Amino acid sequence: MANPDHLQYTKEHEWVLIDGDTATIGITRYAADALGEIVYVDLPKVGSSTSHMKICGEIESTKSVGELYAPMDGEVIEANTSLDAAPDTVNADPFGEGWLIKIRYTSLPELLSAAEYDAFTGE
Amino acid sequence: MLLDHHQFRQRHIGPNRQEQQEMLDYVGAESLADLMEKALPEAIHYRGGSTLPEPLSEDEALDRLREIAGKNRITQSFIGLGYYGTRTPGVIKRNVLENPSWYTAYTPYQPEISQGRLEAIINFQTVVTDLTGMKTANASMLDESTAVVEAMMIAKRSADSESNVFFVDSDIYPQTKQLLEHRAEPLGIVIQYFDAAKIEELNQECFGAVIQYPGASGRIIDFDNLFAKVHEFGGLAIATADLMALTVLKPPGEAGADVVCGTTQRFGVPMGFGGPHAGYLAVRDRLERTMPGRLVGVSVDAEGAPAYRLTLQTREQHIRREKATSNICTAQVLLAVMAGMYAVYHGPKDLKAIAMEIHSKAAALANVLGEVGIKIQHESFFDTIRLVDVDAKKFFDAARHKDLTLLMVDESTIGISVDESTSWAHLAELANVFGARVPKPEDATDRLRNHRTSGYLEHPVFNSYHSETAMLRYLKKLADFDYALDRGMIPLGSCTMKLNSVTEMEAVTWPEFANLHPFAPREDVTGYLELIDELVSWLSDITGYEAISLQPNAGSQGELAGLLAIRGYHRSRGDFQRNVCVIPSSAHGTNAASAVLAGMEVVVVACDEDGNVDVADLKIKITEAGDTLAALMITYPSTHGVFEEAVVEICDLVHAAGGQVYIDGANTNAVVGYAKFGEFGGDVSHLNLHKTFCIPHGGGGPGVGPVVAREHLRPFLPGHSLAQVDLGSYGPVSAAPFGSPSILPISWAYIQMMGPSGLMDATAVAVLSANYVAKKLSDAFPLLYTGKNGMVAHEAVIDIRPLQKDAGISNDDVAKRLVDYGFHAPTMSFPVAGTLMIEPTESEPKPELDRFISAMLAIRAEAQKVEDGEWPRDNNPLVNAPHTANHLTSEWDHPYSREEAVFPTDAQRKSKYWPPVRRIDGAFGDRNLTCTCPPIESFAKS
Repeated sequence: MANPDHLQYTKEHEWVLIDGDTATIGITRYAADALGEIVYVDLPKVGSSTSHMKICGEIESTKSVGELYAPMDGEVIEANTSLDAAPDTVNADPFGEGWLIKIRYTSLPELLSAAEYDAFTGE
Repeated sequence: MLLDHHQFRQRHIGPNRQEQQEMLDYVGAESLADLMEKALPEAIHYRGGSTLPEPLSEDEALDRLREIAGKNRITQSFIGLGYYGTRTPGVIKRNVLENPSWYTAYTPYQPEISQGRLEAIINFQTVVTDLTGMKTANASMLDESTAVVEAMMIAKRSADSESNVFFVDSDIYPQTKQLLEHRAEPLGIVIQYFDAAKIEELNQECFGAVIQYPGASGRIIDFDNLFAKVHEFGGLAIATADLMALTVLKPPGEAGADVVCGTTQRFGVPMGFGGPHAGYLAVRDRLERTMPGRLVGVSVDAEGAPAYRLTLQTREQHIRREKATSNICTAQVLLAVMAGMYAVYHGPKDLKAIAMEIHSKAAALANVLGEVGIKIQHESFFDTIRLVDVDAKKFFDAARHKDLTLLMVDESTIGISVDESTSWAHLAELANVFGARVPKPEDATDRLRNHRTSGYLEHPVFNSYHSETAMLRYLKKLADFDYALDRGMIPLGSCTMKLNSVTEMEAVTWPEFANLHPFAPREDVTGYLELIDELVSWLSDITGYEAISLQPNAGSQGELAGLLAIRGYHRSRGDFQRNVCVIPSSAHGTNAASAVLAGMEVVVVACDEDGNVDVADLKIKITEAGDTLAALMITYPSTHGVFEEAVVEICDLVHAAGGQVYIDGANTNAVVGYAKFGEFGGDVSHLNLHKTFCIPHGGGGPGVGPVVAREHLRPFLPGHSLAQVDLGSYGPVSAAPFGSPSILPISWAYIQMMGPSGLMDATAVAVLSANYVAKKLSDAFPLLYTGKNGMVAHEAVIDIRPLQKDAGISNDDVAKRLVDYGFHAPTMSFPVAGTLMIEPTESEPKPELDRFISAMLAIRAEAQKVEDGEWPRDNNPLVNAPHTANHLTSEWDHPYSREEAVFPTDAQRKSKYWPPVRRIDGAFGDRNLTCTCPPIESFAKS
C-alpha cells in the first residue's frame, strides 16, 4: 500500500500534486480504505475560494461522512465531475482517476513527504 | 386465594417466579432486591415510597379507561387547520393498526427481515412524490409543522443566499407559525411574514420562502411567479401542501418547488386529538442528501434481486453528530404505512373521487350560504371556506348545539372545513344554522383553480388491491416478510422491545380517543385532560421531577425541548453567554444534533476505558467552558449499559459551575422504581414512552418523548397557544398541544396495571435478564463493560472484534446468521463499532432467552470452524447468511449442507422464519438512488 513518492501529503489524509501554480488534491488510499465503500462525493464549485484547513467538501461512504479540508488557500479551478456517476473510483484509484479537485493556490503550507506520511499513518 | 395471573405483572414479565429464582441463582443474587443492591450505586438508590396507584386488573383498567373516554365529547369537526375527519378502511385498521406484525416491529435497520414494511414505506414515498410532483420523498416526518421546520433547515443549508431571512405565508396554519418562530430564534433565523397572494411583499433577499397550499383560509394561490422570485433571491421555494387537495390541484413540484411537505393524516389516520400521524417531506433532484430522517431505497441482494433498505443513512444525526443540521432520527412508520395503504386500497380514481366529493360538498355549502347573503372570503377553494362579517360566536354556538364544531377565527370570521367524514346530513344541519336551505349535490359548482392535469399513482401497486380480499392478502403477504415481536425476541440494545399488550393497545382505536380534533373546545376533551393529568402525575412520581410536558412526539424532540428549556432558563437569568453543551463521546449522536439545533456549541468529554465519563477530563472541560457552560448531557444508565458510580459527583460538578444537567432517559427501563433522575442530580430529562412505557415501536414510529424537569424549568417547557389548558408562553416543539395523545392510553394502562411494585419487578427482571444473558455468553464473547460487582444494567455490550480478527467474521455476519436461527439481531456497532448490544427486557420468557443464548453459542462454534480453517473465510454459513428458500433451491456450492444453512436447530424444521431476500448490498443502493416503487419488471427472475 505504497504512498507514491512524487506526491505530498497532509495529516488530513489528502495527497497534493504540485504543478506550477496548480495543486491537484485527492485522498490517500489509507483514507479511502478507512471510509469504506464511497457512495457520494460533494465537491466545491469551480470558482469558489478555499482557505487552508477549512472544510470544502464531503466524502460519503456507506458508514460515515468524511470531510475534505482544503490543504491550502486558493481558488478551485476544476472538480472531478466523473465522480458524480462513479464515486467508487475514489476507492479503486485514489491516487489517479479518483482525484477530487484542482486548486490554483495563493500560498502553500508545509506538506508531508511520502515517508513522513507513512510514519504518520504507522505504515 | 387470588389467582396469580389476574395480576397483569404476571402477563407482562416473561420469566415466572421459579425461573426468576433460577436466573438469580445463576447470576449470584438471592432475590430481585438483592440483585438491585448489587447492581445499583448506593448513592442513587431511591428508598422512599411511591404515590402510584395500586394495580388494576386488565378488565378493571379497561373499565376505568371507558369511564375516562366517556368524558370526551365527539362532534363533527369542521375545524380544519391540517386535521380532518377520515374513514379508516376496516381492512387497514384491523390488519395494520391493530396487528402486532406491524405495530411491534422495529425500525428496519435489518433490511433482510423488514422487506414488508420497507415495501409499504416505499409505497408511501411514491404516494408523496407522485402527488407533490417531486423527485424524492422520505419515510415520513413527525407532523406537518415540524416538517415545515425541517424544510426551512434544508433551505438554510442548501440555498445560495447567505441571508438569514425566511419568508412565511401569513395564511400558514397558526401552529406552524408558532413552531417556526420558536425553532428559528436560537439559530438566528429571521421569520418574515408575507401575503403570498401579493408577490411584491416578497421584497428582499432570503434563503427561502414557504407557502401553505391551500392556505389556512382555504385560499388557493398561484405559485409559479412566486417560486421564480424566491429563486431569483437565491432562496429555496417550499410549499406545505394538502395531499388530498393535490389529487385535483396542480402540484407545487410542477411549478419549481424545491421542497414540499405536509401531513398525510387525512389518508385514513384518525385525528387522535393531535396524533400520531405521518408528516411528509419531499425534495427535488439533487437535494436528497439534505433530507432529514429515514429514506427507503431500492438496492439489490446477493443474487442481484431487487431489495429494499434504508438508504443514505450517513445523512443522519446519529452519524453526523454535532455536524448534523437536523435531529430527526425517526419517522411515523405505522401511520405512514396506513396512509400509503389508504392510497393502495382506493387507487388514483377513487382518491380523486373522494377529493371531488369533499370539494363538491364544500362548494354546495358555499353556494347555499351565498344565497342568504353570507360572504365567502375566497372565490376559489378546495375544502375550506371562510365566512366573513358574521357574528362568529352566535353561529359557532348554534352549530355546537347540533354537535357540529366550526372554527372561530375571530369575532367576525368562521372557518368551515369539509372532509371525507362530512355527510350531506351534516351539511343540511349546518346550513340550517345559517338560515340557508339544504344543500344538495347539484348545488355544487367547480370552485377549484390550478386544476391538476398530470396523472399519478399509475404504478400497479396502486391499481391492484381494491377488493377487500386482495387487500387483506397483500397486507398479510407483506407482514409475513417481516420479523416483529410476534415471531420472537428482538434484543435490540437501547430500544427496550418489551411487550405491547393488547389491553394497553385497546383504547387507541376507540372513537372517543380517535376522533377528536387537537383544537377541539375544552369541554370536549375532559376525558383526555384527565388521562393526561394522571399520566403526568405518575411520570412525576417515577422520575422525581415536578414539571412535565407530553408534547414532544419523539425522543429527539424531547431532547430538543429539554435543551431549549435550559437555554430559556439561562437567558431568563441574563446568562446569554451560557451556550456550551458538554456531551460524552459515548453519547448517541442525536444528543449532539439536538444541542446544535438548540443553538448550543457541543464540547465532547472523553470516556475512560470502562466506558464511563472521564471525570478528570470533565473537570477540564468545565473549567475551559467557564461561565459559558450551559449543560451537561448524559445518559443514565450509560449508553454502555452500565450504572455509572460517579453520576452524582458528575452532576454536582456541573451544578457548581452554573450548568444544568440533562439526563437522557433512553435507558429508563433500568431504573423505574429504583432511582429517580430528579432526585440524584438531573434538572431535565426526556423519557421514551415507546421504550419504557410500552408504546409499540410501530416499525419505526410513532414515539412519545415527554420532557420532564425540575420546577425551575417549568416556564420553559413547550407551550402552545391553541391548547385547551394553559401550557405557558414558551414556544412549542410539536404541531399539536399534547403531541400524540391517542397513544397515551397505552402508557397509562401499563402503569395503572403494573402498580408500584409491579414496575419495580419489571425493572429488576430487565436487569436480571441482561445479566443472565451476559454471563451465559461471557465465555464465548468478551463482555465489554461492567459496573459494580461485575454487573451490567439492563443491557450488555459483547465484543465481536476478536472474531473479525481471528476468523474474518464481522458483527454483520453474526447479525445476519441470527436470522437463520430465527432471531432479530441485537443493536450493531453502538456505542462501539464491531460490537453487539443486547437488551432482553423483562418481557422475554426464559425459554426464549435460553434459545437466544444457544443460538449465539452455536454461532460462536460456527465461527470457530472458520477460524480453524474447516470452512473458508469467504464461504461459510456466517458470511452467506441469511439463507433464503430461493438460495437453497439454487445451485449449491458451499462447504456446508443446506440443512446446516437453514435448519441450524431441529426446532426450525417445524417452524421457521424465511427471510425473503439474501444479504443486501448497501453501497449499490446508495450509489443508485431509487426511492419510489420500482417497475414490476425489475422483479422478474434474472
